[in-house]
Amino acid sequence: MARKDFKVISEWVKQDSRILDLGCGDGALLKLLSKERNGSGYGVDTSIDKIKKSLDNNINVINADINNKLDYFSDDSFDYVILAQSLQVVNNPVNLIKEMLRIGNEVIISFPNMGYWKSRFYLFLKGRMPVTSELPYSWHATPNIHLCTIKDFKQMCHTNNFTIVDEVISSGKGSTVSPSLSNLLGESAIFKVR
Amino acid sequence: MDIIKEHKLSIDIPLKLKSGKTLNSYDLVYETYGQLNDNKDNAVLICHALSGNHHVAGHHEGDNKPGWWDNMIGSGKPINTNKLFVVCVNNIGGCHGSTGPASINTETGTNYGFDFPVVTVQDWVNSQKVLMDNLGINKWQFVVGGSLGGMQAFQWALDYPDYIDNAIIIAAAPKLTAQNIAFNEVARQAIMNDPDWCGGNYLKEDKIPKRGLALARMLGHITYLSDKSMAEKFGRDLKQEKIGFNFDVEFQIESYLRYQGEKFVNSFDANTYLLMTKALDYYDPVSDSEFIDKISSTMTKFLLISFTSDWRFPPSRSEEIVKTLISFNKSVSYACVKSDGGHDAFLMKNDNYFDVMRNFIENN
Repeated sequence: MARKDFKVISEWVKQDSRILDLGCGDGALLKLLSKERNGSGYGVDTSIDKIKKSLDNNINVINADINNKLDYFSDDSFDYVILAQSLQVVNNPVNLIKEMLRIGNEVIISFPNMGYWKSRFYLFLKGRMPVTSELPYSWHATPNIHLCTIKDFKQMCHTNNFTIVDEVISSGKGSTVSPSLSNLLGESAIFKVR
Repeated sequence: MDIIKEHKLSIDIPLKLKSGKTLNSYDLVYETYGQLNDNKDNAVLICHALSGNHHVAGHHEGDNKPGWWDNMIGSGKPINTNKLFVVCVNNIGGCHGSTGPASINTETGTNYGFDFPVVTVQDWVNSQKVLMDNLGINKWQFVVGGSLGGMQAFQWALDYPDYIDNAIIIAAAPKLTAQNIAFNEVARQAIMNDPDWCGGNYLKEDKIPKRGLALARMLGHITYLSDKSMAEKFGRDLKQEKIGFNFDVEFQIESYLRYQGEKFVNSFDANTYLLMTKALDYYDPVSDSEFIDKISSTMTKFLLISFTSDWRFPPSRSEEIVKTLISFNKSVSYACVKSDGGHDAFLMKNDNYFDVMRNFIENN
């Protein structure tokens, strides 16, 4: 099953693009983009298990930590640099986005929205850190060290002069949410940044 | 248990060497495993490292010990001989059957000794291409090697891009560092300063520079292991109960190294050791004036693998190759495998390492 954000990303990516997928996991996104958009490029992941799975998906994959400087990749060498559902695990999101903008023409970032009403109610009613289907970890065992809301993300982009050129916010059911209520009704967010 | 027989190919078409010298005729000793398919497109070339040879897998008749990479190559193994036709050749300059310093030079009637020409990675690749043509193989599906073998796999992609689909380069480097060359030089000095080396012509004098070659091997062996693996295997364990305040073999590691040195002397030729270290020192394909043309034109798909505890060719050295390949938009994957095995980790069984190999090979 393709993930919800993959569908949007695949619609955004132009035919025959050069793509760098940071935190590529099992390589499913690059495999999809190769099939649907004739895209090519590399996945990057720090976990040897993910490297093995990516090789099984027959994508090019580089075993590296995206928290370090990405000096494998030269300036403007990719059409897209993608960070799908990994923003919340990186040490320094701003530095990483700067690095992504150095390498690619466009940056695509998807992340779970902590402003989603279910997360808010979890904390509000239960008085505990949210545990949801998108964020299944309890607070002490989570790899997610930089969770944010859609509003937070936009604020960070504004502060750092990252230009948001497109966005798709979807609800838990996958339907697109109106912009005015996105921070409350959106479960996951996808941004295209320059 | 597969009983493997070696084959010999005698070539009388001269091989022009990078040094400018020529080998007018030479023998290549090799082994094969599995079956070449009708399309002749399932062949794998294994390139051996400094002290390796063509006996890479299976057993020779009456031999208990299998080939040096038997854990990797065979039925159902990552390099699966149920599907693939595997070839491994003893490189020229070697001492396990292919023409080398201990072979008889047909032009003089005596062994080459120190007159054997210096051979390079490129020369080996050229001789491997001669074998390939003789075996009727149109294209290698994979060329695979660790260490000095990995350098040959890289060179194949550069020199014969139309004859190789995939190169698997393990625990290698794009060129040696000053430290690497320094270790090689100490090894060479150990051999050449042994009085029994006789200016390289020890066979004519009916001598063998055993002490020098053993010392070279002991030094090399230290660089193939990691500090941690040595600590775990030997620590400060003594052979006797107490230290003796003398210079006998006291620590287990001393005993082990001496054993490795002595064992090596019985199976390896000192002049071959000198040649192999020179081939390592000279290797530097990126500085080749034609490198950009060569790397640009190759369609070879690359897999690089390094090991965390390897300090002879640490992960950063493999990453130099990966970075170069990425800068030319080549198809490349890279895995850095956690291992305490040091440089020799490429010869050891390791689940992550073997899965990486298997997954890449099965999908390409």
